[in-house]
Order: sequence, then C-alpha cells, then structure tokens
Amino acid sequence: MHEPLIFTHSRAGRRAAGQYPREVEAKVPEHLRRKRPAALPEVSELQAVRHFTRLSQLNFSIDTHFYPLGSCTMKYNPRACNELAMLPGFLARHPLAPENLSQGFLACLYELQEMLKEVTGMKGVSLTPMAGAQGEFAGVAMIRAYHRARGDHERTEIIVPDAAHGTNPATATMCGCTVIEIPSLPNGDIDLDALKQALGPKTAGIMLTNPSTLGVFERNIREVARLVHEAGGLLYYDGANLNAILGKVRPGDMGFDVIHMNLHKTFSTPHGGGGPGSGAVGVGERLLPFLPVPIAAKEGERYRWLDERDLPQTIGRLSAFMGNAGVLLRAYVYMRMLGREGMHRVADFAALNANYLLARLRAEGFDAAYPERRASHEFIITLKRQAKELGVNAMDFAKRLLDYGFHAPTTYFPLLVPECLLIEPTETEAKEDLDAFVAAMVAIQREAEQDAAKVKGAPYTLPVRRLDDVRAAKQLDLAYVEPEQGA
Amino acid sequence: MPFIPHTEADVREMLATIGAPSIEALFEEIPAELRTRELTGIPPALNEMEIARLMHERAQQDGTPLNFIGAGAYDHHIPSAVWAIVTRGEFYSAYTPYQAEASQGTLQLLYEYQTMMTRLTGMQVSNASLYDGASALAEAALMAVRAHRRSKSARILVPATVNPTYRQVAHTITEGQRLSFDVVPYEPALGTFDPKRLAQYEGQDITAVVIQQPNFFGLFEDVDAITDWAHANGALVIAVVNPLSLALLKPPGEWGTKGVDIVVGDGQPLGVPLSSGGPYFGFMTTRMEHVRQMPGRIIGRTVDLDGKPGYTLTLQAREQHIRRSKATSNICTNQGLLVTAATIYMSIMGAEGLERVAATSQQQTTALVEALTRIPGVTLAFDGLRFHEAVLRLDRPVAPLLAALAERGIVGGYDLSRHYPELGHALLVCATEKRTDEDIARYAGALAELLKSA
Amino acid sequence: MSAIPANLKYLESHEWARAEADGTVTVGISDHAQNALGDLVFVEVPEVGAVLTKGAAAAVVESVKAASDVYTPVSGEVVATNDALKGSPELVNQDPYGEGWLFKIKPSNPAELDTLLDAAAYGKVVEAEH
Repeated sequence: MHEPLIFTHSRAGRRAAGQYPREVEAKVPEHLRRKRPAALPEVSELQAVRHFTRLSQLNFSIDTHFYPLGSCTMKYNPRACNELAMLPGFLARHPLAPENLSQGFLACLYELQEMLKEVTGMKGVSLTPMAGAQGEFAGVAMIRAYHRARGDHERTEIIVPDAAHGTNPATATMCGCTVIEIPSLPNGDIDLDALKQALGPKTAGIMLTNPSTLGVFERNIREVARLVHEAGGLLYYDGANLNAILGKVRPGDMGFDVIHMNLHKTFSTPHGGGGPGSGAVGVGERLLPFLPVPIAAKEGERYRWLDERDLPQTIGRLSAFMGNAGVLLRAYVYMRMLGREGMHRVADFAALNANYLLARLRAEGFDAAYPERRASHEFIITLKRQAKELGVNAMDFAKRLLDYGFHAPTTYFPLLVPECLLIEPTETEAKEDLDAFVAAMVAIQREAEQDAAKVKGAPYTLPVRRLDDVRAAKQLDLAYVEPEQGA
Repeated sequence: MPFIPHTEADVREMLATIGAPSIEALFEEIPAELRTRELTGIPPALNEMEIARLMHERAQQDGTPLNFIGAGAYDHHIPSAVWAIVTRGEFYSAYTPYQAEASQGTLQLLYEYQTMMTRLTGMQVSNASLYDGASALAEAALMAVRAHRRSKSARILVPATVNPTYRQVAHTITEGQRLSFDVVPYEPALGTFDPKRLAQYEGQDITAVVIQQPNFFGLFEDVDAITDWAHANGALVIAVVNPLSLALLKPPGEWGTKGVDIVVGDGQPLGVPLSSGGPYFGFMTTRMEHVRQMPGRIIGRTVDLDGKPGYTLTLQAREQHIRRSKATSNICTNQGLLVTAATIYMSIMGAEGLERVAATSQQQTTALVEALTRIPGVTLAFDGLRFHEAVLRLDRPVAPLLAALAERGIVGGYDLSRHYPELGHALLVCATEKRTDEDIARYAGALAELLKSA
Repeated sequence: MSAIPANLKYLESHEWARAEADGTVTVGISDHAQNALGDLVFVEVPEVGAVLTKGAAAAVVESVKAASDVYTPVSGEVVATNDALKGSPELVNQDPYGEGWLFKIKPSNPAELDTLLDAAAYGKVVEAEH
C-alpha cells in the first residue's frame, strides 16, 4: 500500500471553495507584502479527505492493534472522553474569557486537581505542564526554587538512577543542575551504598520512577526517602509508571515531595501519534508555594484562577494559557467513569495482565531480565541468548511482530538490559489477545531457529520494509522539493 | 468494571498460570504499611450516560458567548473534514512513530507538515512541532545559544511588543541555564518597536534578537531593519509569527537581506479550536545549518530495503532518549494530533484559502474598530495598518466593563492594564472571519449602552 | 576482534592518541568504538584554536542510535581538524586509525601522553566490556 504525497495531487487553480470566506482585499504595507503565495497543496476537499484517510490506514493504533509498548501505557482511549471534551461549550471557549463565563470549565479542572491529589497523596496540583517532560521540568524547577528560597544555593546536584528515562537527566540539565548517575543492583533495586555516596551538601534531590523502568517495585523506597531527606534533598516521582500502582500505593505516602503524572498514560488521554500529552504536577506541603500557575481554585461556590498574585513564589508559567485544556477534560471524564471503586482496578488488572504474559512467555522459554521479581504493570524479556546463538536480535523480533499484527514492545530501553523488549499489555487487553501475542512470539522464535534470515528481513507485509536510517540521517531529506523545482 | 474485559474465569485461569493465589498477591513487594486504603476523596463511578449528562451541563453552563479576544488564540472556522479525520482511531490512538514501518501514515503526514511549514515561513527545515508558541520561543532562545557558538553572553533582546506571556514562559523555562532577556521598550505613540532603540546595544555581545510580526498589538514591525541590524551586530534573529498572517506577509526567510535564523509561533490558527486554551502546537523552522541544534522530533524521507521511499524519525541523536543530559532539550512528545489537524487544514484551504481567511479577518477587525471608536469614550490607541487585532483606549477601567459585557454574552477583549499599565485603560480586541457585521453591531451596541449608563 | 595498533596510546573511553614528529598529537576513536557505535552519520569536531584540558569533551561522534562525546587525551590547543569527515563520516568506520582521525592538538604538557594506556592495557579494557 502506498499513498503519494499530497503535493503530487495538487493542480494549479484547484480549490475547496466551500471553505472560503468572501474575497476582500488585504491592506499590507508594500514592503511587507508576500510576493509569491506559499506553495501549499491545491486540492479538492475530497482529495484531501481521501489522502489523509488513506494515510491513517498505514498506521498501527490502539483501536486497530494490540500495542504493548512498554513505559507508554497504550490502553483503550474511551470515545466518550473525546466526545465530551469536544462539546461546543468547551471547544469554542477562549482561554482568556472572564472567569464568570468559565465556571463549568473551571469546575472540571478544580475537581480533576482534587482527584489527582487524592490518588497521589499530594497536597497541591497544577495542571499546566503540557507533557510529561514539562512536568518533570516543573518538578525540578520547584526543587531548585525551594532550596534557593532557603538560601541554600549550593544544592545543584540531581541524582538519577542509570535505568531512568532520558528525560530525567535532560530535565536536570535544563534546570541548570548537574546529573549524578547511580547504578541499579542486579535485582533491579537501587544500590543504597551508591546512593549514600552520592548524597551530600550539594544534593538538590533525586528523580525516581517507581516501579522503575526495569518493571519492578523499588522495595527500599522508604529507606531511600529517609536517606535523601536526611541529606537535605527532596524526592521527585516520575509518574511514567503510575498505572502500576494506581489505588494501591501513593507516591505521597512513599515519601515523595513532588510528582508529575502522564495523563496520556495512566488517565487514558490519546497519544495522538506523539502528543498532545499532559504532565500535571503534584506537590507536598513544602513545595506548595512554588507550583506553576495558573491553578484552578474554589471560593465558596465560585471558581477562579490563581496566578502570580496569589502565589508570588511560583516558578512561573509554562504555557501561553493553562496547558492542554482539552486533554485535562478527557482525563477528568475518564477518572469520573472509573470512580473511587475503579482506580485500584487499573493497577490490579494491569499487573494481572503483565504477570500472566510474563509467566506464559517464560513457560515458552523466553528469558525474563528479572526472573526472581514480580512484574509490575510491565516487564522485560531479554533476547541476548537468541542474539548470540541465532543472530536474531530484539529489533528483529520487534519487526517480525509487526508482520503478525502486533505493535512491537519498546526495544533497547532501558539501556542497561541487553537486547531487551519492555512489554506493557495494560489492563484493557483481553486474555485472548495476550495469548495471541505469546503465540506470535513462539512462532517467531521457531522461525529464528529454522530460518534466521527470514526474521532478520522482516517486516514483509507492511507499507514499507525496513528503512535505511543511516541514509535518512546522512542525506537529509526533511522537506519535499517538486522535481521541476529540484532539477 | 469500565474498560476491563476480564471474566471471572479469565482471572482464575490467569492466576493459576502465574501461580499466585490472588490479584492482591501480585503486589506483595510493596511494603504493607504503605498500601492505600479507600480513596474517599474520589466520587463513586459514573456510567457514560451519567458523565455525559454532567459534561453537557458544564459545557452549557456558561453559554456560548460572542468572542472578540485574540491575544494568541484565534477563533477561525474549521472545515468539518479536519476533525472528522483527526479523530480517526488510527491517528488518535497511535503513538510516537518509533516503529516506522507501522507508522507510515503519521510519518508521511509529518513530512508533509514540515514541507508546508518551510514553505509558509520561507525557511529550509522544520521540526515536527513543539508544545505551544510560548514554549517554542523558550526553545528557540536555548537553540540560539547553542547555535551561536561565538556569542558567550546568552543575552537576548526582546521588544516589549512581543506577547508578554510568551516572555514570561521563556524566562521560566530558560532561567536555569542563565539566559537573560533584555526587554527593549516600544514607541508609546506608535505601538511598534523602533529599530533605532537597538543603537544602544551596538558593539555588545548579543546572542539573538526576537521580533514578533504582527506584534502583540496587531501592528506591523519594521522587520527588515531589525533583522539587518541584528545580523550586522553578530546576533541571530528569532521571528515569532502568526502562521495565518504569512498568507499575506513576507515570510521571515525573506526579512532583511539574509532572512531570519529561527522562526517560531503557535499553530493554533491552522485548524485547531480554541478549546479553552489547548492543546495547540508550537512550530519551529530554521536554516539547514542549524538543524542539529533544533529541538524536537524531525522526520526524514529515505528508502526501504527494496529501494521504495518511506519516512522515519531522524537525527535522533540530538534527543533526550539517546543524548540524556546533553540533549538539545528534554522534549519528548510533539503535539502530533494538532499537527495532523493543521496539515489537513492547510491542504484543504491552500494558500488562497489562508489568504482569504487572513484578509477577511483583517477587514472585520477594521470594521470592529470603526464601530467601537464611534462610541464616545473609545479611541484607537495606535494608528496605521494592522492585521486582525487593535488596541482601544477607554475612558474608564477595563475590567468592570468586560465583566458587564460578559453578562451580556460578549467576551469583549483582553485587558492590557496588567502587562502594559502605561497604556492606561487599554483593551486588545480581535475579529476573525467568523465575526459578522451583525456580531460587531451587537458588541458596539452593548458597549455604547454600558459607557452611556455610567 | 578489533584492531589495536601497538604504536598508539589510548584512553579507557576509547580514544587513541598518536605523537607526531612535529610535536602535535593526532586523536581519533578506536576500531572497537566505531564498531560499537555502528555507521556514523555525523561527526562534530572542535574549532581550530580551541584550548582544551585533558579529559574535556572535544568532539561528538553520532550514529543513528547513539551519540558519544570524544574526550581529548592530552591538554593543549587544537591545531587541525579532519574536514573530510564533514561530508564523509563513514571514514571513521572505514579507517579509524588513518583517514578517520578527528583532530590534532598541540600539547601543553607532553608528559600527559605517558599517563595514557598502551595497546596491551587498552586491549584488556575492551575485553572486559565483552
């Protein structure tokens, strides 16, 4: 299947006239006027609809495929969340509309903040960060602001375990901090001795994901919290894996001072082909004054925005308005539908599915990276043995899975487990789908044993075969040039 | 149980396979004393019918007021086809195209988007988007510091006519890396930035100069002179633009003799609804020589094993998942779904459609200004041509008037008194192609009545 | 097995250094390093004239899946860089000890060369990684 570029459908003078307002003359100073129109496509409405519909059909998605992408929590995105967030009253509302015309919207946001506080055990929440990475930024910036407000200017080191997401060290750098990396033990827990050595008068804080990216719960979390707090640092919780513990244990109770939540993971807002996300942050008592603004507040029966005037110590603003409002409304609908009794079921069935899939894959001879540990909501299979004995690596398995109709798990992350597949089935998948995935893995293993070249050449049934990434990076082609222009 | 497919038989069988006595046993590694008890702060579950009822009530609670605010988010018509396609599950529920072969739809669309943005802005390369216009300015400032190796100051000049919230966000995001923004005043009589004000910086180490066109007041800046001054003084130029206005205006790639170095802005006017503040998307384009300093995802066209063209994420070594603490940014996601909307919007509208929308918005704003300034107590703050926003001066404080207009179902504009106290009782108004002559008459009638009554 | 020429000095982080007759030191990355990185797609070399301290990040080598800093094995001033890498980063893969050199540095303290690993010691470092 192949769909030509939209530009090749273009013909001079073709237009979707039904969308045009009436023609009027623009008034622009001559020296600022555009001389030639931008070479955008000239297509009919149907041509555009057909082109983009066809493009959509080249994608795997949750709605069409099992998508066990570890660390990304690809669960069902309920359609109701989309429809209700796109009601005209929310959609047509200008972000700067006065508060007396924003009460319905603010009520949703305020209640979302309250629910997020409850499930995380935090004292305050700000919804403004527009993605997980921005939530991380807000978190570390608040830690910095806290130390600075106490006159503690030396605390600039952020401790990050080696298994962390790349965003953690990248965020620390953005905040002007130095990154101190500490190793994990062979059982997946943090090396407490290394932690003790890393802690000191320069420690600003530690960034942790729990369960970690290794798919296991950090059992020494209370000891970690005690050590970091005693050293004068704060604990940052990366909420990437919150799905694993929702309703079971709260980051605030574990001793964390600040958390970001990926609403597009745990609270099921759509991933949209890579965004929008939402990275709401929650904080304990100490960081309350530093939360990013604006924040929804309730006074009597009225709702209003808190801004710099209410929180003079805020780290400031992270977006032009109040963050990804439409994403927040989707998360709100989802949380109301789960309700009090549904929150813990998310973690229950995410863990059941992950542990079941792990047990079945192990029974079929695959190697778990942490065989003595319980899986959280995800787990790691290492194909080191297959790579060595058969010459078929994790990427080959991933590509072949596509032929079998499964989106591949996360590959080569975390970096410290060789030839790994990080597999996260989520709670919304049925047992039959998990069984079908196991059957595909077993079939690929057999192919690898009998005809390794076949697996290494995969995929065969997708719109394209394996792509030349080296050429893509060396001969950069980042924007289309029409042949007649380029010749 | 909403969204959970397991039958009781499934659960029994799965636990037997795992060898665990209960689901609860799967959490045995979590210390018992930390375990959560009941979440009393969460209300009981609602089914879809019940939550739909609640959300309809909330959405209707504030009515559907007539909107005359812009200030960075604009109320344009969106063809029905745009969101009908955007919300197809194959776009809506896919993720970042890490597995290129299973994501060619998203990847090709992003390549088409990058192409359109380079053409609209007159630059060579585009990324696959950033969060929004404000954070895009922050990323552009950080990028300028990386790209301009000879400049050591990390000092950036920003005219006060650049969106004040954008300036705040840029400060918040870059503060940790010690960037400094020097805000340069505008001409109080004109509402624009006079390039002569740059003379005081001659000979100093300036990393970059920011120009917003049209500026926050809707007026046109002398972009050629500012661009040339910056280049003559060894600084890079960052343009902040409304993408819709580029259907009429000279693209930043042609400003001055050399064109600017980085272009950013908010893509919201291109098919993204106001949606109470987001999600929108930020765009960024630049020169090829700076591509490795550009943050965010970039899609490249290449070939597969059979030599067939295909699309893939490229230049990933800049990004956080590989470069970790030395990445160009911590950014991970882009705003894929909104870019999908913008790409479909630009395809349907074409350059001519964008031009019509831009020109009609300009005309309706002119009509709005004429109607409102006929009211005693309302004057136009700045003369001259403008795009689709204007600053009005009122004879009394703006906030109470806006509240009173709101009660009449009119969102009357943006109160400038907080960010621009020197302008007095100043109001920023906007009309797009969606505001009819009748809408404008209604606003003028309500305002006239309010100003008369006091 | 990767090649480890006996006449060169090495860093544990996989750079090699060669003392030239004119007193400068040529720096590159080892065969093992280029192998581990895979096909290089971009090489960023330091600016000529840059003054570096031993161990400072001087260059970046980039493949599709990884990017690594290259540290200078000795302190001094960068006197030349390999411009051919701009268009042909694959030279590092094809000839890491020859055409694929990265930069030349005029050492401010030539004695630092003696602190580097010899081929045998570096061979042990490479072996330990397997």
